[in-house]
Order: sequence, then C-alpha cells, then structure tokens
Amino acid sequence: MGDVFVLAEHLRGELREVTFEMLNKGLKMTEDVGGELYAILLGHQVSHLAEQLKGWAHKVLLVDDPQLENFNSEPYQVVLSHLIKHRRPSLILIGHTSFGMDLAPNLAVELGFPLITDCIELRWEPAGLQATRQIYGGKINAQVSARESDGYLATVRVGSFSAEQGVRLTGEIETIASPLAEEIKYKRFIQYIEAAIAEVDITQAEIIVAVGRGIGEQENIAMVQELADALGGVVACSRPIVDKKWLPKERQVGTSGKTVKPKIYIALGISGAFQHVAGIKGAGTIIAINKDPKAPIFSVADYGIVDDLFKVIPVLKEKVEALKS
Amino acid sequence: MDIIVCVKRVPETAEVDLAIERDEKDIVKKDLVFDINEWDNYAMEEAVRIKENIGGTVTAVTLGEEDSRETLRRCLAMGADRAMILADPALQGSDAYATALALHQAIKKERYDLILTGVQASDDGYAQVGGILAEMLGIPHVTMVTKVDIQGKLAKVRRELEGGLEEELEVELPALFTIQTGINEPRYVSIMGIRKARGKEIRELMVKDLELTEDEVGQKGSQIHLEKVFLPPVEKEAEIIQGDPSQISERLLEIIKEKGGVI
Repeated sequence: MGDVFVLAEHLRGELREVTFEMLNKGLKMTEDVGGELYAILLGHQVSHLAEQLKGWAHKVLLVDDPQLENFNSEPYQVVLSHLIKHRRPSLILIGHTSFGMDLAPNLAVELGFPLITDCIELRWEPAGLQATRQIYGGKINAQVSARESDGYLATVRVGSFSAEQGVRLTGEIETIASPLAEEIKYKRFIQYIEAAIAEVDITQAEIIVAVGRGIGEQENIAMVQELADALGGVVACSRPIVDKKWLPKERQVGTSGKTVKPKIYIALGISGAFQHVAGIKGAGTIIAINKDPKAPIFSVADYGIVDDLFKVIPVLKEKVEALKS
Repeated sequence: MDIIVCVKRVPETAEVDLAIERDEKDIVKKDLVFDINEWDNYAMEEAVRIKENIGGTVTAVTLGEEDSRETLRRCLAMGADRAMILADPALQGSDAYATALALHQAIKKERYDLILTGVQASDDGYAQVGGILAEMLGIPHVTMVTKVDIQGKLAKVRRELEGGLEEELEVELPALFTIQTGINEPRYVSIMGIRKARGKEIRELMVKDLELTEDEVGQKGSQIHLEKVFLPPVEKEAEIIQGDPSQISERLLEIIKEKGGVI
C-alpha cells in the first residue's frame, strides 16, 4: 500500500530529466502515505542507468530485453502491466512526453485504473488521487480528482517538479526476468529520423524575435524579419507558424523544436503554451507583446506589452534604425 | 480503405481573454466562437487525402451537443462520405474514458481499416481518447503521427518525439493513429460547401443504440471528475510597459541596450 512506481524514461542511453522530476515528486507522495518508491527501468543493456537511479529510489526494478531497446508502447505495456499486477503500487507516474502519451492511456484501460494526464501537481486526498492540470492551452488551471481505486496512473508534465536531488537514497537493483514471451508483432520500430540540418542556427543567436499565431498572416513575417535584422538578431517562431509552413521547422522554439538561450527574446503574438515556454527557460530577458492580458507568456516574461503588435513593431524598427544611423 | 475520423467541436480561445463561470466549473463560453478542434482538422484532411490517393470511404464521428452537427457538416464538406453524432444528453459531461467507451460502441460494428483522431483537444487537452479507444478495440495505435504512408495491409508512419527528433514505425492495419498538427495543409472549406453538405445525412446514435446504460457514460461513467477551474497563479509578474507605440518603443530600446543588445 502506498508504493509509487516511476517509469524511467531514457533515449539513446541517457535518462531524461523528467525521470528525476518524477522521482522527487514520487518520494514526497510515498512519504505522505508511507510506501516505497520504485524506479522502473525497462531497456536493453542499461545497467549503467540502473546504477544512476539507485540513489533516487528505494528500489530499482530492471527488466532487460532486446525488444525493450527502443521505446515501443507495445512491449512496454506488456512488461509494465506484468510488474504492476504483481507488485500492486498505488500510483504509477509516467512522463507526459511522446513516450508517455503513447503508453499511459492503453495501460490504464488494461489495468482498470483511472488515469490523469498532463499533471502539474498531484496530491493524496482521503478519497484518492487529486491533481492540478492546465486546460485551454495553459490559460486556465483545473483541479480534478479520480474515482476511488486501488491504483492510479498519472502522466506528469515535464518541468513541473524539481530535478535537483534532495535526500540520497540507497536503493538496490532487482533484476526481473522479462515477461515478453514472443516477439511483438503489430508495431515495429524502424529508425530514428534526425532533424534536418538548420540553415540558421537559432540556438546560437543572442537576439531572437519570435512570432506566434498572433502574427495573423504569412506576409507579416517580413515586418518581423526587418526588426530582427535591425537588431542583429534572428527570427524564430512557435509551433502554429511551422504547422502552417510559414517558417521552416528549424526555426521552431519549444519541446518539439529547439531550446534557445539568447540574451534577449522578443515574443510577438505568442500565447506561451508550456511546450513553447519550455524552450526559452535559458533566455536572459524576455519581452512579450500580446493582445490578451491573460496570455500565459506574461507570467514568464520580464517585460510585457498588452497591445497590438502591428502598432508597436514598425515604430520600434524605425527607432532602432534611427539610432544606428 | 475505410477510415473513421473522430472529431470534436471546441471553442477558439487562443487570443481571447477568458473568464470563469461563477460555479467555477467552466469558462464563460457564451461569446466564444466554436470550430473543429485544430488537431482533428488535420486528421480529417489526412483521411480525405488517403481516400483521394487510394480510394475508400471516410466517416466522421463526434460526441457532443446538437451544435456539433455543424462540425460534422464541415467534415462532410471537406470530403467525408458519412457522419455520425453521439448527442444523447446522457453523454454530456463524459471524461476521456467515457467518451472513448461511447465511441468504441459506435465504431466497433462499422467497417474500418484505419481510425484517426487528433493528438488532443485544445480545450481539456487530456490526449487520452485515441489510446483508450485503440485498447478497447484491440487494435495497435501510434500517437503524435506526422506522416502516414499506407502500403497494403501495413502503414509506415512517423511520430514526433522531442527536440525535432522523429521515429519511423511500421504498423499492421487496422490501426488507430492520433494526428499531430502540421502533418498536412488542411483544405479551405467554404460556407457554400458547408451549406451543400446540409443535404447529407448525419446518423444519430443514442445511449441505447450504443448498448450502454446511462450509468456507464456522462459524469457517472467517468473516471475523472472536475472539481473546479481557476486562473493559474502568477508566478512572476512581467513589468507591463504602457504608453503609445512611440513611448513603448523608447522604453523597449532602453531595455534592449541595457540587456546586451548591440545597437
């Protein structure tokens, strides 16, 4: 009772930061009800990762199987449901990442557990698990509770909890024989496909002028490019601009794009969904212009302008050019 | 190739100053503009493109209130051949699980080779319905799909990971894919087109047609219950710069110079 499983997420031989964030949160959740924290590591030849996880959990459960080498929700689900049915944890934490989103809903149905996805906070209430999550693109928070159950699943938003180690634990590694009897046949991993080599490397830029949905029309990007040129910076963007093919993928800032660290980041018409904001954590100064005073971008920006960006940008560009000449 | 696409009607909230209802259970929706969920629009487009390339049928299905018929008409105008609506009042308030259960009951008797949904809906963003539905149907699934290539009874798909990385997978059909935005360029749908689609029949399914009881759907059949909604606490307050464009620009120039901008 009260045990927490954290699924360790790893890609190409490295643990991802969300794993440590979940282990920290998982430890607190076990302390609240008196249980043990388990790091669950599925992979192939990953004993070095198990060693790394020892200090973060009461126990590391390791399943090694060639079919677990690259993440594939099909074998992962078989192995995880096997472990969960035998060990009966009260809570299983999985990252709300591409991996976790592919796995958690199916696993929850198989186990008959309620699943709360994309949680930014979790707590035990007498009736069970309660969580805070964001809706409407991060503009509104929702407090939700799951029905009573012996076990719960939650996916955790990246960056919601600290990845700094508090207490160092001395977990032991328990190797469990792989329950995968036969070869997985419905879904086969073929290969990873790398991002194309960028023409303009926004990760090295010191000044970035970024545009989002608020730019309205593709033609308006020219105006932003002029401002970026005047400032000696580069133009980047949020996801909707790439989806519309107005700028190439290499210019996208955020979880599915690039992480940038400019001295100055000017966000124009970007609402500030967490997927975007996750890419600008290392920016020095953030300036945001948006019509919506409640846009989430204003809670990460240092300076905010609640106005029509089309009124401000041409004037700003002129003043920059005047100053230079 | 028979394709079923699950769609949802949602309010557009991207550049709107949202307010919360007094009972703290929802946002104020009365002045908002509703349209097809953005991810679902890409899923619809992908379905129609596959049909155009290799033949077959496209069926759009939605769970929602009567207004959702408008979303289905939009799908019919895009190229769907048939549409189904699950608008029984007992279904309202369903969470992702109850929604997927109702969709499962509606879809399991249909012929399909492929089911498409959006990755998530822009309103509650659970990103669960696709996976749950696939599990209930007992078919393989791939989420966050950015490319679909049908090769007979197999599909070669790409899915998005983080940081620009993607993976390529091969999946046996029938399968369910959740479609990521940007996979294609959805066609423009004219008001005339939507009007023309009015002639096409939209099949309506009630809870009893789905062979479910009212306890299995809606809030009663849900795994997750909404307690309240609230505005996110402000972690850091941006310094708001006010004035006319000229004053704002002057102040911005000062900041840019001070913070290391080379001017």
